Amino acid sequence: MLNDFFLLMKQELVLLLIIVLLLIIKVGKDWSNETMLNLINGLLLLNVISGFVMPVEGNLFGDMFKTNALISLEKSILNIGVLIISMQSYSWLKTHKHLSEFFILMLSTLLGMFYMISSGNLLMFYIGLELSSIPLAAMANFDLEKRKSSEAAFKFIISSAFSSGMLLFGISLIYGSTGSISFAEITNHISNEPLHIFAFVMLLAGFAFKISAVPFHLWTADVYEGAPVAVTSYLSVISKGAVLFVFVSVLYTVFKPIAEIWYNMLFILAVITILIGNLFAIRQNNFKRFLAFSSIAQVGFILVGITGSSQMGSASVVYFVLIYIFSNLGAFGVISLVSALTGKENISDYKSFYKTNPLLSWVLTIALFSLAGVPPTAGFFGKFFLLISGASQGNYILISIAALNMVISFYYYLRIVKAIFMDPNEQPIEKLSIPLISKLALFICLAGIVVLGLWSSVYECIYNLSSGF
Amino acid sequence: MNEINITDILLVSTALFFVGVYGFFTRRNMITMLMSVELILNSVNINFVAFNKYLFPQNLDGIFFTIFIITIAAAEAAVAIAIIINMYRSHHSVDVEDATDLKY
Repeated sequence: MLNDFFLLMKQELVLLLIIVLLLIIKVGKDWSNETMLNLINGLLLLNVISGFVMPVEGNLFGDMFKTNALISLEKSILNIGVLIISMQSYSWLKTHKHLSEFFILMLSTLLGMFYMISSGNLLMFYIGLELSSIPLAAMANFDLEKRKSSEAAFKFIISSAFSSGMLLFGISLIYGSTGSISFAEITNHISNEPLHIFAFVMLLAGFAFKISAVPFHLWTADVYEGAPVAVTSYLSVISKGAVLFVFVSVLYTVFKPIAEIWYNMLFILAVITILIGNLFAIRQNNFKRFLAFSSIAQVGFILVGITGSSQMGSASVVYFVLIYIFSNLGAFGVISLVSALTGKENISDYKSFYKTNPLLSWVLTIALFSLAGVPPTAGFFGKFFLLISGASQGNYILISIAALNMVISFYYYLRIVKAIFMDPNEQPIEKLSIPLISKLALFICLAGIVVLGLWSSVYECIYNLSSGF
Repeated sequence: MNEINITDILLVSTALFFVGVYGFFTRRNMITMLMSVELILNSVNINFVAFNKYLFPQNLDGIFFTIFIITIAAAEAAVAIAIIINMYRSHHSVDVEDATDLKY
C-alpha cells in the first residue's frame, strides 16, 4: 500500500521535494545566482528523468487521483518544457534578486497541473486548476518595478478568478443534478437535459478561458506582452498544454454521452478561434503579442483535432502539444535572449537580424517554420494529424476552413522571416554573446523540431498509449 | 415552521451569481471587481450547500467542496490584493481605466 503511494505519486513527490529543497536553501544558504541556477537546472533534469522510470497504473484516495502511462507521459512532456524554459531564462535570472522564489512559484504551478491532469474527481480538478493559476499571476508580476508587468498580472488574476467562478457554477449544477463529484459516476448520469447542457456550457467557458479560445481570449495578448518573457513562454506552452490534456480527457470520458452536442460547440469555437487568431496576428508589432495571437490560432487547430473524439483525437493533441513545446520555446528562447540583453521586443527591431546573429536567426526561422507547418519540420506533421483526426467526423467544412487558415498563417510567419533575412536596417541588434546553457536549450528545441518530424515512432507510441479513449 | 423550498434558495444563489457578473463588468475599481468575483464564488457555495442538504444528505461532497472554495478564494484574494497594491505604487490609482499600457 505504502509502496503504491510512493510509486503512483512519484512525479508529484519529486517535484514537492525540489520545492522544499529550494525553500530550505533560500532560508539557510546565500549562494550566488549562478550556482543556484546550475543546481536548479540539474534538479529539473533529474525531475525529467524520474518521470520515465517505472511507469505504473492505478488509483489513489478513493479514485481521486489516477495515473497511467499516458498521464505520466503528459507529465514528462510538461517537465521537459519546464527544463527548457529554465535553461532559456538563464540570462534574465542571472542578475535577478528573487531567483529561488521564481522557481518555487513555477514548480508550484507545475505541481498543480500534475494534480489536475491526474484528477479523477471535480474537487481534485478544481484544486489543481487553482494551484496552477494563482501562483502564475504572481509570476506575471515578477518584474516588480515595471508598469506593464503589474497590469498584466492584474488582468490575469482577475480574468482567471472570473473564469474559475463560471467553471465552479457549472460544477455546482452538475453536482446538483447528478449527486456526485467523481468523474466515473457523473458519466452515468449525464444526458441531454437542458440543465446538464447549461452546466456543460459554463464548464466549457471556464476551460476556454484557460486555453484562450476565442470569445474568451482577450486577456491573452495583454498578459503575454506585459509579463516577463520566461513567464510568457511558460503560460503559452506549459499551462495551456496542461489544460488541454485535462480538457481532452474530461470531454472524452465524462461528457461522452453528450458528444454530438459538444461537437457543434467545439466546431464553432474552433472556426472563430483560428480565424480571429490569424487575423489579429497579422497586424501585431510586438513580438510577444504576435506570438500570443499565433498561439490562439494554434489552439484553434488543436480544437479541430479534439472534435475527432477518438483515440486518434487524444493522440494527435498530445503529439501536437509536444511539438508545440519545442517550436514555441525555440521562438521564445531567441526572444528572451534578445529581450534580456537588449530590451528590444518589436518585430521591426529584428530587421537584418541575420547579419549580426546568424545562429539565432536560423533557430528563430526553423521554429517559425515549424509553427507555420512547413513540411520537413515537426509542426507540419502535428497539424496534419490534428486535421486528419478532425476529418474523421466527416465534417469537411471545418477541415477546409482550417486548411485555408494554414495558408493565411504562412503570410505572417514568413513576414518575420523576411524581416530577419531581407529587410535593410541601419541599426540591427548587435551581436549577442549567448550563455552556453541557453545555447544548449536552443539546440534541444531544434533537435526536437527536426527529430519529431522525421521519426514516426513517437506518434505511434503516443497513439498506442491513448487506447483508453 | 415551513421548510424553505430548494427552488427559493437556488433563485437567491443564481441572482447572486448574476449580480456578481454585473458588478464585475460595470465596476471600475479593482477592489470592487475582486469583491464581485467573491460574490460569484459565494453563490456557488450556496448552491453546493443547498444541493447537499436537500438532495443528497447521505454524503458530504458538497460541504467539502464549499470549504475548499472558501479557502482557495482567500488565497486568490491575497494574491490579487498584493498585485493591486503593487499596481497602486506604479499607477497611483486602483481604477482600471488608468491601466492602459497594454492595448490592442
